[in-house]
Amino acid sequence: MMEEIQLADAVERFLQGSMSPEELTAFEQLRKTNPAVDQFVVEHSLFLQQVNEYSERKGFTHSLNEIHNNLLDTGAIRPLAARTRVIDIMKKYRRVWAVAASIAGIIAITISGLVAYFTPDSKQQVEQLRRELYGFKREVNNKLDTSHASVNRVPENEKFKFGGTGFLIDPKGYLVTNAHVVKDGKTIIVQAKGQEFRASVARIDAERDLAILKIDDEEFKPYPGLPYGFKKSGADLGEQIFTLGFPRDEIVYGEGYMSANTGFNGDTMTCQIAVAANPGNSGGPVFNKNGEVVGILSTRQLQAQGFVFAVTAKNIFKSLDELKKDTSYQNIKLSPNSLVRGMERPQQIKKIEDCVFLVKTYQ
Amino acid sequence: MTSAFQEKELLKGLANSDKQAAETIYAAHYSMVQSLIINNNGSADDARDIFQETMIVLYEKAKSGQFELNCQLKTFIYSVSKRLWLKRLQQLQKYGGQVESMVETVPVEEELEHHELRNQQFQAMEHSLLSLGEPCKSLLEAYYLQKRNMTEIAGSFGYTNADNAKNQKYKCLNRLKKIFFAHHKKRD
Repeated sequence: MMEEIQLADAVERFLQGSMSPEELTAFEQLRKTNPAVDQFVVEHSLFLQQVNEYSERKGFTHSLNEIHNNLLDTGAIRPLAARTRVIDIMKKYRRVWAVAASIAGIIAITISGLVAYFTPDSKQQVEQLRRELYGFKREVNNKLDTSHASVNRVPENEKFKFGGTGFLIDPKGYLVTNAHVVKDGKTIIVQAKGQEFRASVARIDAERDLAILKIDDEEFKPYPGLPYGFKKSGADLGEQIFTLGFPRDEIVYGEGYMSANTGFNGDTMTCQIAVAANPGNSGGPVFNKNGEVVGILSTRQLQAQGFVFAVTAKNIFKSLDELKKDTSYQNIKLSPNSLVRGMERPQQIKKIEDCVFLVKTYQ
Repeated sequence: MTSAFQEKELLKGLANSDKQAAETIYAAHYSMVQSLIINNNGSADDARDIFQETMIVLYEKAKSGQFELNCQLKTFIYSVSKRLWLKRLQQLQKYGGQVESMVETVPVEEELEHHELRNQQFQAMEHSLLSLGEPCKSLLEAYYLQKRNMTEIAGSFGYTNADNAKNQKYKCLNRLKKIFFAHHKKRD
């Protein structure tokens, strides 16, 4: 061990060249005579060279870092901001992006083209419907005006205001309609089979939106009886119903079904039916398939389609009961029996239509 | 524009560990390398690493004494940096195509092969020193790296005299040698 240390020391001094000439000669001699020593010297020199290189490189790296920091301080070099990876990705996939964007663009144009191609049709339909309605109204007005001119039942200074529908509840000349149809009218004219009669309000029930009218006209001849009956319990969900009314000056038939037990916002006095209804239908009777009155068509929801509401038949009974408190109306009676039960619909309508009146109010 | 003569002088200075020469080269060429790397997916830190490695290649070549600069120093530095950066990108699997450059390059494969070998030796030595442990590591670094003399070392490491320190140093060096050659053999 000691020997090896001495030898290593000798090699270092030999490499540094700090050996005295005598020592050097002895050292050379030893290497020549002893191959093991020579082997060690070669190996150790090689290793020392490695150590030296390591130390030099370490020193150089150190000074490079110093230089770098110095130059940064003096401003001779300045670090550039690295490009962000997002930009690199954009650059890398530029072609892909371009293709994707073009496809998206073409699709967008195609879709908007298709939409533009199909949209005007539906718009026109809506507009046509409006025009028709407008036309109807004008037509009704004109006809009513001429009838008003020919028959002298209405005072000269009063003008046609509202139109609705009403129907007989008693063959002696009592009708029921909606309160909102007659509430503003000064003169009320009812019309059936082309014949007009003056009528007066017997009772207005604003709460139930019902009005009972009495025909006060010499020309009116009491009917022998009513073909339909009144069903106090109303109609069941899903039951087929039909209506008759005057959205124009011609009687119009409508068909549908009972769609909900309550009316707008859960109102229990009314029910919801699915049937086509337009202004003028108000006050019209709603029949079940046996020809029994189950309700009176009154309102529809503006924001939604197919939401039509009818006052239930029960309310006619209630309203009439209140009217009967006045002794002069004691003999009004609602018949529960329908005479048209089991008939084909056209036959039912032929029997019923004479009892459904166009109600016109003048102001 | 540095003339060929000036560049030769700079390299001579570099070989003799002249810090002024290193600084001149550093200041003249760093920006070029930095923009190369930043334009090719790199950061300022990457640029610093690559440029310093290039400087080491240059230093080793200058020291070997057989450096005949048959092109401009600038071209050599650019070529080496570009190769080193390409290699780094491949290692990081970030390489997305040809590194953009309009600058002419010279073949530097031989230098880089040599450099790679030196790198391995350097890392082997570093690894050996680390596994040597204290106080041997510090003792050897003080003598061989910081070139402090034995008396001084004996004082700061708490040995009674320089001879004691010297003996200790030889023991350490022997151990380092064993570790280093074992490492080398394993690698081979």
